[in-house]
Amino acid sequence: MSRFSWFNAVSLTIGFAFLYIPMIILIIFSFNESKLVTVWAGFSTKWYGELLANEAFLDAAWVTLRVAVFSSTLATILGTAAAYVLIRSGRFFGRTLFSGMIYAPLVMPEVITGLSLLLLFIGIGLERGVLTIVLAHTTFSMCYVSVVVSSRLATFDKSLEEAALDLGCSSAQAFRLVTLPIIAPAVISGWLLAFTLSLDDLVIASFATGPSATTLPIKIFSAVRLGVSPEINALSTIMIAIVTVGVITASLLSKRKLVREREEEFMAARS
Amino acid sequence: MNSTVFAPWEDPEQKPLIRFQNVTKKFGSFTAIDNLSLDIYEREFFALLGPSGCGKTTMMRMLAGFENPSSGQIELSGRNIVPVPPNKRAVNMMFQSYALFPHLTIWENIAFGLKREGKDKETIATRVHEMLRLTRLERFAKRKPHQISGGQRQRVALARSLAKAPTLLLLDEPLGALDAKLRQDTQFELMDIQEKTGTTFVIVTHDQEEAMTVASRVAVMDEGKLMQVATPDRIYETPNSVYVADFIGDVNIIEGRSRFLEEGQYEIDWAEGQQALHAATSAKFDNGQTCYMAIRPEKITITADRPEAADNCVQGKIHDIAYLGNLSTYHVELPNGTIIKAQTANTRRIARRSFTWEDQVWLSWTATAGVMLAR
Ligand SMILES: Nc1ncnc2c1ncn2[C@@H]1O[C@H](COP(=O)(O)OP(=O)(O)O)[C@@H](O)[C@H]1O
Ligand SMILES: [Mg+2]
Repeated sequence: MSRFSWFNAVSLTIGFAFLYIPMIILIIFSFNESKLVTVWAGFSTKWYGELLANEAFLDAAWVTLRVAVFSSTLATILGTAAAYVLIRSGRFFGRTLFSGMIYAPLVMPEVITGLSLLLLFIGIGLERGVLTIVLAHTTFSMCYVSVVVSSRLATFDKSLEEAALDLGCSSAQAFRLVTLPIIAPAVISGWLLAFTLSLDDLVIASFATGPSATTLPIKIFSAVRLGVSPEINALSTIMIAIVTVGVITASLLSKRKLVREREEEFMAARS
Repeated sequence: MNSTVFAPWEDPEQKPLIRFQNVTKKFGSFTAIDNLSLDIYEREFFALLGPSGCGKTTMMRMLAGFENPSSGQIELSGRNIVPVPPNKRAVNMMFQSYALFPHLTIWENIAFGLKREGKDKETIATRVHEMLRLTRLERFAKRKPHQISGGQRQRVALARSLAKAPTLLLLDEPLGALDAKLRQDTQFELMDIQEKTGTTFVIVTHDQEEAMTVASRVAVMDEGKLMQVATPDRIYETPNSVYVADFIGDVNIIEGRSRFLEEGQYEIDWAEGQQALHAATSAKFDNGQTCYMAIRPEKITITADRPEAADNCVQGKIHDIAYLGNLSTYHVELPNGTIIKAQTANTRRIARRSFTWEDQVWLSWTATAGVMLAR
């Protein structure tokens, strides 16, 4: 147990204040009665109501949701496959290069990723819209999925797969019946991560989209340039809620199971 | 009991179940298995014994199909199995780590292989139940692997690998994780199950006592080579090399030079001013050839007075006594500094023991008690 100290308490307060005061203010003002964003005039949920009546916002929400679901699913499949191959195939020529290349887009400036994708779409003559945003989001979020899944696979006991082969499975069956169910929590948390990344991406989406498809972050950003409205606050609050739930679920999924198994193992050892 | 002794390896008519023919396995430039040939027969309980890293697991993995030999051929029931993938071989393996599927119950773990065969539900249920009964796991059928103890997990792994009734069962250090008492019980259980199912077992172990207990034959390995393949008693009584003698049990090795006496009889000059040792052997040695006398501690008699008639007899003083409960091992120092271990059964209480530290004693053994070895 560490003792209470004023220094620690103050540092902690300042740190968290920096992180969360802006968001808290935003959430509070989304329940403001007044149209003026900076003046409190009593509690109300009317902006949420107006939001739901706003066609443009609902359209954007629908686009965002579709993009997020498709791109995160695609990214999960590709990312898991990439992680599996890189971890399982042992040493082959250029393996280090390949695994490095999987992670490079994580640190690549978004502007560059977005620009290069835009050039590609123009080059191959793909009309920009929902499809191009899905492709763009898949590209960058599959790296995240791959990181999450390969860290799980690194500790996965290979003899489990061999046991499956030994008992009559083909390699594909071994993956489906043994590997996938065991690494499922990591795959799901990878999906959630990809989903939330897609949900709040502004830069890459702006490059990849065309006039036919507007995502929520793009909509919010352009709306804010004309002035902040309480409606935007309400929308942002909803997005914060969704992202928070997603991230917390993702981390709980991986931790909870581990803790529970430890406990059960402990009980078994005692009995 | 059978009236005839089980010894198919002595019958030239018998076809081996497994045949390694000049098998070599290389990992890069490292040779894990070195031009090895070996026959294993049906219904055998065959033990691979050797120090860590000598290639035991590699042998098993080649039988299971996870590794392919770099050269040579492996036959199962007369058929070359090298090109056959693991899921198409009538061979099952019990893994060193057990490798139970953590997301499945004990019941589902055991049923796993049967389901892949496409058996109908009823057949599977019957077979799983049979396996649960054989390994006394009925009560745990619905639990997950992490909810049972280590010993129970080990039995699940065994049940799962036996469920498909393989022609050949491979066990890689199956008892490594168990404590001494449980280990012994399980060894007998394994022998019992092997006898009941009539499956051929190949077991890997680095524990010589375990190999001696369970096996019909033992192969002693070193650095990818077979040193000796024989029944446990032959390995113990007539090892073919100092390495095998030393690996199995306790042994005294005395180095010397051979001198021909008469057919099958040699003398060994082993130290200045000491009476030559006398050994009987069917092997041939040249005069003056370096040779070794391997003699087990329990075959040496320790007495206070010089025995009347003994083939071999040396005097020394007691350097150390190791009390093991049922046995005592005396470490006797000879005048030239050599330490010889002699073992006696403690039939009397310790207070009435005949010898103590620094006592002068005589050690004696017969010409046939020791084994004369060339290497
Ligand atoms: N996949 C592999 N790659 C490289 N070397 C290996 C591999 N598998 C085993 N070896 C080497 O082969 C030797 C024999 O290994 P193994 O058969 O596991 O020994 P044992 O089971 O007798 O302890 C060891 O020196 C080990 O390092
Ligand atoms: Mg091993």
